[in-house]
Amino acid sequence: MEEKNLKHTPLTEVHQKLNARMVPFAGYLMPVQYESALLEHLAVRNSVGIFDVSHMGEVFIEGEDALSFVQKLTCNNAKKLKETQIQYSALTYPNGTFVDDLLVYKFNDKKFMLCVNAANREKDYKWILSHKEGNVEVFDRSDSYTQIAIQGPKALETLQPLVDVNLSEIKYYWFKPGKVLGTDAIISRTGYTGEDGFEIYFSPEKAPEVWNALLEEGKKFDIKPCGLAARNTLRLEAKMALYGNDIDDKHTVLEADLGWICKLKKGDFIGRDVLLKQKEEGIKIKLVGFEVKSKVPARDHYPVYIDGKEVSYVTSGSFAPYLKKNIGLTYLPIEKSEIGTEFQIKVRNKFLEAIVVETPFYKREKK
Amino acid sequence: MFPKDLLYTKSHEWVKIEGDDVTVGITSHAQEELGDIVYVDYSNIYEDGEFTVEEIKKGDAFCSIESVKAVSDVYAPITIKPTEINSDLEDAPETVNQAPYENGWLLKGKMVNEVEKGELLSAEEYEKFVEEEKG
Repeated sequence: MEEKNLKHTPLTEVHQKLNARMVPFAGYLMPVQYESALLEHLAVRNSVGIFDVSHMGEVFIEGEDALSFVQKLTCNNAKKLKETQIQYSALTYPNGTFVDDLLVYKFNDKKFMLCVNAANREKDYKWILSHKEGNVEVFDRSDSYTQIAIQGPKALETLQPLVDVNLSEIKYYWFKPGKVLGTDAIISRTGYTGEDGFEIYFSPEKAPEVWNALLEEGKKFDIKPCGLAARNTLRLEAKMALYGNDIDDKHTVLEADLGWICKLKKGDFIGRDVLLKQKEEGIKIKLVGFEVKSKVPARDHYPVYIDGKEVSYVTSGSFAPYLKKNIGLTYLPIEKSEIGTEFQIKVRNKFLEAIVVETPFYKREKK
Repeated sequence: MFPKDLLYTKSHEWVKIEGDDVTVGITSHAQEELGDIVYVDYSNIYEDGEFTVEEIKKGDAFCSIESVKAVSDVYAPITIKPTEINSDLEDAPETVNQAPYENGWLLKGKMVNEVEKGELLSAEEYEKFVEEEKG
C-alpha cells in the first residue's frame, strides 16, 4: 500500500518526531520501533512502556437487548459480567472459527463496548450488523477514540497523576469511566503484554498532550515509547493470540486452545453446535507453544515437520527478548501435542529441533 | 557518513580490500534497518569449526543475520575464498549493531578475481544510493 493512502492515528506526528520507524499495519502508518525493540520490550517487563494502539476498533452495542445480542455473537459468557467488568472473548463463525478475538466491556445490560482488531474492524462491524436481532443499535466509534496502553510494573504510578480515579481500585480486567487530563476517558486495567497495566480510551484531540504527559511522568522510571515489534514479542511471551497468525477463520476456538473462553453451557451462540460436537468428538489439532533448541529463531510461517513430513507451520515465532530463548506457536496433531514432544522446523533448508513446552512462556509474578 | 576506505554494495555490505586480503561486513545503515541483532547464522558455509565451502561466489548469501524483528541474508560483495568467520559474534551478536565496521565484521578471506572490485560502489556512490532508496 502506498504510504499516502495509509491512515494516521492522532499520534502519528508525535511518533515521527520521536524518530520512530514507521510501517504500514492494518491500513495505518504505525511505529514498529523507536530506538530498540529489545529495550522497549525489557522496559515493559522491568518498568513501564507506552503504546499507541489507536488503530484498535471500538464498536458499541446499545439497547434493551444488548446483553442477549452480545451473548449470541460471542463465545464467552457475557452474562457473567458485572457492570464495568471486561472479558476476553471471540466473535465466532457458524463453523466455530474466529471472525475476531476481542474484549467485551460491560457498561450495563443495555450498553457494551467491543474492542476489536484494527485489521478486522470493518469486517466485524458488518458481521455484527448483519446478525442484528432484537432492540439493539450498533455503532462503530473507532474514530472517536484514541487508545494508549501503559504497560509494566510502573504503569500505575505513571498514569495515576494524570487521572481522577484511584487506579489501585480498578481490578485486572475491570474499567472505570473517568477523566485523563480533564477529558472523559475509559480507564481499563488490561493489556496485550502479559504485564500489569492500563489501556485508556479518550478523545483524539487530547492524544499528543496525554502521550507527552505520560512520557514526562514516566521519566523517573525510564519509560519508553514502544512500537509494534515490542508489542508482538511481549504478547508472544505471554502466549496471547494474534489474529491472522495464531487464530483465524481456519481454526476453531477449541483448536486454538481457548476452551476457557468457549462457554458451551451458556446457551445458544453462533458456532455453538459445531464447537459442542467438536468438544464431544475431541479436537484433532491444537495450538501449542514450543521452544527451539538452537540460537536460530523460528519465524512466522516456517514449515513444521514431524517424522520427515511437513504437517504444519509456525503461526508466530520469534526471539523472546526477556526469556532470551527462541519461542513460537504452531498447530500440531493432538497426539503430538503433549509437553515434551519433539519436532522439527525448517529454516533455510535445514532443520531446527523444537520441543513442545508449557505456556504461557512468561508469567508475571502476582503480588 | 560512510568510511572512505571501504567499498560497498547495493545490498548494504561493505568490503575492505588490502592486497588480496578481504574483510566483509554490513553497513551502519543496514544494522539500523535490522535493529537489535540476536544471532549471526553461518551454517550454510561453516560447521563444526570448519568451512563447508571453498569459495563463496559474488552475490551468494554467506550468513543470515537474525534480529528481534526480522532475518536478513548477507551476500558476498565479491568472490571470496573464506578463511575466518567472526566467532566472537556467537556470544556478542550485538557487536554488529555497535561496531559494524570494526569488531562487528562478518567474514575474512582472499580475493579471487580482482576484476570484480570495479563493480563495487565508493562511499560517495553508496551514500547517494542510500539517500535515493529512502526516497
